Amino acid sequence: MSKDVRVGTKMMSVGSRVAGTQWSVLALGVLAVTALPRAALAGPLEDAVEGLAGPSDDKIEDSVRALATLGDPRALPALDALCDDRLRVGADGHTYVWNSKGRQLLRPIDGTVVTPEPRPLKEVEVTNDIRRAAMPVLAQLQLASPVASVRLGAAEELSKSGSGEASTLLHHALDREHDSSVRDALGLAVARVDLAGSNSAARVAALELIGKSGNDGFLSEITRLASRNADGSFVEPDAAVRGAAERARNAVVSHQRLVSFVGNLLHGLSLASVLLFVALGLAVTFGLLGVINMAHGEMLMLGAYATYTVQTMMHGGRLYLIVAIPVAFLATALVGIVLERGVIRHLYGRPLETLLATWGISLGIIQTVRLVFGAQNVSVANPDWLAGGLEVTQGLVLPWTRIGVVGFVIVVAAGVWAILQRSRFGLQVRAVTQNRAMAAAIGIPTRRVDAWVFGLGSGIAGLGGVALSQLGNVGPELGQSYIIDSFMVVVLGGVGRLAGAVAAALGLGVVNKLIEPATGAVLGKIAVLGFIILFIQRRPQGLFALKGRVEA
Amino acid sequence: MQKLLSRSLLLVGALAGMSACQKPEEAKPAAGPAAPAAAPAAPADDKGPIKVGILHSLSGTMAISETSLKDVALMTIEEINEKGGVLGRKLEPVVVDPASNWPLFAEKARDLIQNQKVAVTFGCWTSVSRKSVLPVYEELNGLLFYPVQYEGEESSWNVFYTGAAPNQQAIPAVEYLMSKKGGNAKRWVLLGTDYVYPRTTNKILRYFLHSKGVADDDIMEKYTPFGHSDYQTIVADVKKFATGKRTAVVSTINGDSNVPFYKELGNQGIKATDIPVVAFSVGEEELRGVDTKPLVGQLAAWNYFMSIDNPENKAFIDKWMAYVKKNNLPGGDKRVTNDPMEATYIGIHMWAQAVEQAHSTNVDAVRQAVGYQHFKAPSGFDITMDAENHHLHKPVFIGEVKADGQFHVVWKTEGPIKAQAWSPYIPDSAKKKADWLFPWACGNCTAPKFGPAGVVAAAQ
Repeated sequence: MSKDVRVGTKMMSVGSRVAGTQWSVLALGVLAVTALPRAALAGPLEDAVEGLAGPSDDKIEDSVRALATLGDPRALPALDALCDDRLRVGADGHTYVWNSKGRQLLRPIDGTVVTPEPRPLKEVEVTNDIRRAAMPVLAQLQLASPVASVRLGAAEELSKSGSGEASTLLHHALDREHDSSVRDALGLAVARVDLAGSNSAARVAALELIGKSGNDGFLSEITRLASRNADGSFVEPDAAVRGAAERARNAVVSHQRLVSFVGNLLHGLSLASVLLFVALGLAVTFGLLGVINMAHGEMLMLGAYATYTVQTMMHGGRLYLIVAIPVAFLATALVGIVLERGVIRHLYGRPLETLLATWGISLGIIQTVRLVFGAQNVSVANPDWLAGGLEVTQGLVLPWTRIGVVGFVIVVAAGVWAILQRSRFGLQVRAVTQNRAMAAAIGIPTRRVDAWVFGLGSGIAGLGGVALSQLGNVGPELGQSYIIDSFMVVVLGGVGRLAGAVAAALGLGVVNKLIEPATGAVLGKIAVLGFIILFIQRRPQGLFALKGRVEA
Repeated sequence: MQKLLSRSLLLVGALAGMSACQKPEEAKPAAGPAAPAAAPAAPADDKGPIKVGILHSLSGTMAISETSLKDVALMTIEEINEKGGVLGRKLEPVVVDPASNWPLFAEKARDLIQNQKVAVTFGCWTSVSRKSVLPVYEELNGLLFYPVQYEGEESSWNVFYTGAAPNQQAIPAVEYLMSKKGGNAKRWVLLGTDYVYPRTTNKILRYFLHSKGVADDDIMEKYTPFGHSDYQTIVADVKKFATGKRTAVVSTINGDSNVPFYKELGNQGIKATDIPVVAFSVGEEELRGVDTKPLVGQLAAWNYFMSIDNPENKAFIDKWMAYVKKNNLPGGDKRVTNDPMEATYIGIHMWAQAVEQAHSTNVDAVRQAVGYQHFKAPSGFDITMDAENHHLHKPVFIGEVKADGQFHVVWKTEGPIKAQAWSPYIPDSAKKKADWLFPWACGNCTAPKFGPAGVVAAAQ
């Protein structure tokens, strides 16, 4: 067993600087520990597990292969750790598994906790090449796991790469399996193996299964089977298999066509939710107060930075995003109210001056944020309950973050509607919007209403910032990229109408996503802008116009 | 339709590139090994500090990348001053902010040369900003050190390129992904932001892939606007394209769009082991604003990584961290070093060495001396400036992203490789040569300008 600790150092030593400093040097009591695992080292399993830590890439790959032939489930924790960057080499030269949740160091085979830890620990740096070799081996071992989700992941991995050697293993696993989704995935894995085999009946059955699943991972293989060679002869001599391949190909292609259409619709819905979020606050300030607020984008940005600040203060706790929602709303609403009281109220009725003043304010806010937080983007991590996505059907994944934004925007839009239509404050707002002088005459404090409305609009923008922080970057320039989109939605929808903003966002989002696959993202965007210009020419008041006499 | 438009855009880009490079040939003297011309600088200035221009955006969209280059330039100048300056004179940095506004770059460059009388400028990031200042430097005979990897197809008498040309970054990265170790990629997605650098790089890569026997059916080329943030459709398309053959993505996505792109990859469950993505504009600095968990294993190709372990790099990082701490720069101990910062550091040192050697800050004299300068760089190699094409000989590293936002080097060249200013894979460029030495003295010629006897040949 090699005592060499230079792990993961390939052609040059790229020792991880960060990991090196992380582990302070406390290599005491190491000698006492080393005596124990020494005695345990005996069989080929132990050798192979130790070998997973190097010292060279070739050694690691050899050890993975050795574990594949052994097929011993006791190697599972070590392989899992290898693929997950949790394998460590202790100062004693032995391999350990770092349990990042429990912050403990475990022995790779029996899983006992090692105390004291043989520091300094070295990270085993693995490359994609090693991961690609290790993941099928890991998946084969995981097929015996008692947890259904682990088995499912393993079956999916094997259906991608399955080799002939795994055939009997897969058949056994399929016979044992009760969970239906795991059975489906295993069935595909078996089908891949069967298809490459020579049994005609098994191949036809495999092709039928593939056709039923609509899985496009097999598309190139079944297309090949159904096609002709250059000299006109069939690639596949067996007519039954050829016919089945033809049918399977048609089934998969039509399934994929459906999936991509539904996918485009759903992507459009998700884009629409983002557009609505950035426009909703503006629909309130621009729509109800008539203020051309160029600093609206910066309210989005401040909301996103509020999220970042909450995340930092809670050290990335799981629920930071929930806490960030009220914080971002209140912080941006406060900034909005100060802005209204300080600047905008002196400029009512002078739209050009308002435009210039708010634009200046937006530059000021950007530069202030840049000075406080730095010019770099800051990192807002998705909480683990928003990671990953929902697999709608084979080949179509909707990320939880996007689903969350759609849900959130529905709640917020409903809330805004309720405030404006169902509350006393909303009644006052509508009164002021429709006839300021009359509203003042019947005793509505119009100036205070103005400030509150501006605060509300800014606060909603802040909520939009929370949502955006989950989808893209958080940086000082965040708002700039959304300001055009938000004006686009509000103008198209009709100034002053919430329903208009909702309809416009939905229309723009879906149209954009239906055009994009055909034209590409750049031309798609241009096409949408052209469409809006034409539409505004025909209908300057937007989709939903206020009827009757309206104050400009 | 899209193809037509992209073709014509390419054509326009190529024409712009050519016209920018055609200028210097007319007025320039034979740049042979002859003795440098006498310095016309005013003698009264000889005792005072030497002014050095720093032309990086400190506001606007590019501030995110360029601010660190300004900081590292100031650090390097401070380091040189602490050792007694150059020719016994202190260096005085003149920092201007072109605010990510391309025409303003040209104005500020003119101001630096004509009014501030700087001896040299270190600056620019985007290719469009470089193209915008190029005529100014060529007209006023200024000296610019450009520190960022770029698309090549250019060589100027007045510019030294300390970043990578395509053959020092893009081509080796693609070759790596083709190898068994890199995953045997057979299908290629060329994904970029829609402007000159990605378009030109992808044009070179397409020719290169053809030369390796990859058919057009196996290449998907897609562009997105600057600041694009919705990658759902594109990632779904990539996924679909990747069925059947092993696929790799070559990303020239620049700036802010990278975060939503990588987030979308993670969301749709694409792992680096399935579809590796190699990026040319994503380094340590860009990863600082990103949640790196879904990125682990994705690749980047550079000429320097912060994680490279050698004494020069350790000293460089320590110096940088001390500078950040002393000046209380935002980000504090989370600040990192990256490739363009290293290139800036190399460039300033090479210029200072050249000034010492030329005993003058005169542009013509210094230019002669910069060629053949060498410097022990933080990448661990002795880097040489090529006197012929004004580009550095650089080593190439390919790294995989680790969970801590650093890179684990999985492949590297044995030593520095020479830059190809004109790509041999593009038929039109293959004939061109950048050689500022006698008898060529040209950045964009197919034949030497001067005959062997010193007789001026009919230019082209």
